This record gives sequence, C-alpha cells and structure tokens, in this order.
Amino acid sequence: MRPSIPLLAAVLALLTAATYAIFFLAPEEATMGAIQRIFYFHIASGWTAGVAFFAAFVANAAYLMRREAHWDWLAVAAVEVGLAFCTVVLITGPIWAKPVWGIWWTWDARLTSTTVLWLLYASYLVLRSLVEDPRRRAVLSAVFGIFAFLDVPLVYFSIRIWRTQHPQPVIAGGEGSGLDPVMWQVVLLSWAALLGVMGLLVWQRYRLEAVRHATAELALGD
Amino acid sequence: MSLASAAAAVLLKELRCEFRTRELLNTTVVFVLIVVVMFSFTFDPTDAESRRFGPGLLWIAFLFAGSLMLHPSFAREQANDTLYALRLAPVEPFAILLGKVLANFLFLMLAELLLLPVFGVLYHVQLLPVLDRLLLVMVLGTLGMTITGTVFSAIAAQARMRELLLPLLLLPVLTPVLIASATATAGLLAREPRLDWTWVKILAGFDVIFLAASYLTFEYLAEE
Repeated sequence: MRPSIPLLAAVLALLTAATYAIFFLAPEEATMGAIQRIFYFHIASGWTAGVAFFAAFVANAAYLMRREAHWDWLAVAAVEVGLAFCTVVLITGPIWAKPVWGIWWTWDARLTSTTVLWLLYASYLVLRSLVEDPRRRAVLSAVFGIFAFLDVPLVYFSIRIWRTQHPQPVIAGGEGSGLDPVMWQVVLLSWAALLGVMGLLVWQRYRLEAVRHATAELALGD
Repeated sequence: MSLASAAAAVLLKELRCEFRTRELLNTTVVFVLIVVVMFSFTFDPTDAESRRFGPGLLWIAFLFAGSLMLHPSFAREQANDTLYALRLAPVEPFAILLGKVLANFLFLMLAELLLLPVFGVLYHVQLLPVLDRLLLVMVLGTLGMTITGTVFSAIAAQARMRELLLPLLLLPVLTPVLIASATATAGLLAREPRLDWTWVKILAGFDVIFLAASYLTFEYLAEE
C-alpha cells in the first residue's frame, strides 16, 4: 500500500505553504534578523520529534500488553523518524546559535537535554540491531523504550536545575515572553507540515518493517 | 513463598557465589583505583581544583564501576542456563530481580566505600565531617544505578556484544543520577559544606520511578 497521491500532495502543499510563510509572511525579528527564520523548522522539528517519541512509548507499552507484531513495527518506525527530527533540531540549533550567540554550542539546559534524548534513542536503535530473534528484539527494546521515555522528564528537570542561568524559554516562559501573533501562526503551520512529513515517513517505515516480517515468514516456511 | 523471602533467597545465593570467588569485587576495586590514579596524571590538580573536579571524578569512577560490575549479574546465569532453573521456582519473577538488585547494591556500595578513603587521601579532600550526608547521597545514587543497571543487564545478556551494550544502554539513562549525585557531592566538598535537598529528592524520585517500572516490566524480560 503506497501512500495515496492526494495525501502526498497535501503534505507537499503544506510544506510549500510553510516555507513561503517563513520567508515572506513572518515578520523579521528585531535583533536577530533573517537568521531567526530558522526558528520555525527548528522548533517545529523538536515538537515533531516529541510526538514521534511519545508514539513510540505508546507502541512499546501496547506491544508488551498485546504481543501483536505491528506494535513493534510502529515503535521502530516512530523512533527512527523521531531521531531524524531530533537530529534536525541538533543541526539547525548550532546554525542559528553561531551568528546569534557567537558560538556553535553551549552546555545550556535545552541543548544538553536534547542531546541526551538523542543518545537515549540512538542506544535504543543499537540495542535493536544486536538482537536477532524478532520476538526477543521486540520485548527487549519495548522494555528499554519504556525506561528511556520515563527518563526524559528526569533528565529534563535535573539539567534544568543544574543550568538555571540560561535565557528563559520564549514560548510559555512566563511574564514578558511571547511571540508575535503572525510568528505563532507560521510556527504552527510549519509544525503541521512537519507532522505530515513525519506521518508519511512513519507509514513508509512501518510498511517496510511489515514487508521484512512477511519475507522472513516466507523464508522460514520452506 | 513471599516476595521478601524469595528475594532474600536469591540475595543469599548471589552473595555465596561472589564470596566463593570474589571475582567481581576484586576486579571492580582494582579498576576504580586505576581510574582514580590515572585521573591525577591527566591534569595534576591543586587542592582547589580537587574540590572542584573531585566530585565529578568520584561519580564517573562509581559509574564505570557500576557498568563493569553489573554486567555479569545475568550474563553468568547463561553459562549453565541457570536462569531457566531460577524461573522454574514457584515465585514471582520480580523476586529474582529484587534479590539481584540488592546483591549488586551491596557489592557496589562495598567497592565505593573501599575507594572513598583512597580518594580522600590522594586528592586531599576532607570527607569525615560530611560522611553522614555523603553516605545518604551514595546510597540513593548507587540504588538508582543498580536498579536500572540490573534490568539492563538482563536485557544486554540476551543480545550480541553484551559487554559493550550494557554501558551504552545504561550511561545515558543515568544522566539524572550523575548530575544529581555529582552536584550534591560538590556541595558537600565545598569550603562551606552544604547539602542541597533538591538533588536528594531527584535521586529518590529516580529510584522510586525505576523500581516501579522494573516491577511492571521484569516478567517480560524473564520469560523464554
């Protein structure tokens, strides 16, 4: 089952609209200038990675309870795509930081938590690559995936307390913070576009896993 | 058989195994000593620097000790398929994990306590005045390491490259433990020692969350 043409077209249209909005509709940021436009895909990728990892957690828990292989396929698809979006965050971040902060990298709370998040899910994929039997692989990685997901808030809070001197988050950062309403609309549009991309990629990856499973069954059937 | 008595039986078996060979403790203690000595070659610290870098060094050494020591916990059950025998016992699977967590906790605490005076002497750090509070941080931090480490040892034992896999799975998950323990220890070793209770709460929270997660998931790891 290929993704339907209308669906592909819809995601492409969203991506085009978001890109247009980022460059032509969003207002220029007062102090940072044009480079700030990277923010729309940067933060939308971060949120998208969060959605993917949450989906993986749900799939991991569902696999342990139901023992149906398709939950495992969904889990690996979601982790791989989430890790790709997390990588986008970690690459667009320094590109933005260099002209604005003057450095590529700083051990600030958000950067550090995102890096640890990346490492957690990278080790999830390494674990999967080292277990041969599909059922054992599904169980072992489901348990590890649940541990990793539970660890995320602990990582986030401990790093946040450890590094309190950083600039307050702009979004939901309390008094005096906030985005221009047009910027809000553009960032939500970008997020919608990236969620569409995520959905397509997860669906493709899920299909690939299903086909792999089917061929393995055929090989065993001889 | 109740959970407690079954776990106690597993604990006694682990202790008996270990004290017949003392493989685990000997290896780990010598290894962490090497780490602590090597560290002084890399940057030759003054007393002020020891106070600043010492807590991090101490917890990195403990973390290495843990990831080294926890690996055999399930791997050595595989040689003669003894985990299968353990599973046949009419007890909750969680009792097996609990016994092993307690045994690993005792081994790792023992290694850490042996290392502590050596560390204090080599790096001129006054440990005695803050020993009670330091022990609290060590107990909570070590418990966090052994709970997650023992579960991951059960995971890694069923995969290829298991010696490498355990630290790879364990170290990123232990980020909160490392930050909380090292920062709390740094507060204790400062010129005016002070224990920040936020870190103690984070450590306790980590222990409770992952003990509960182990309780809920371990039966899946123990099945065949």
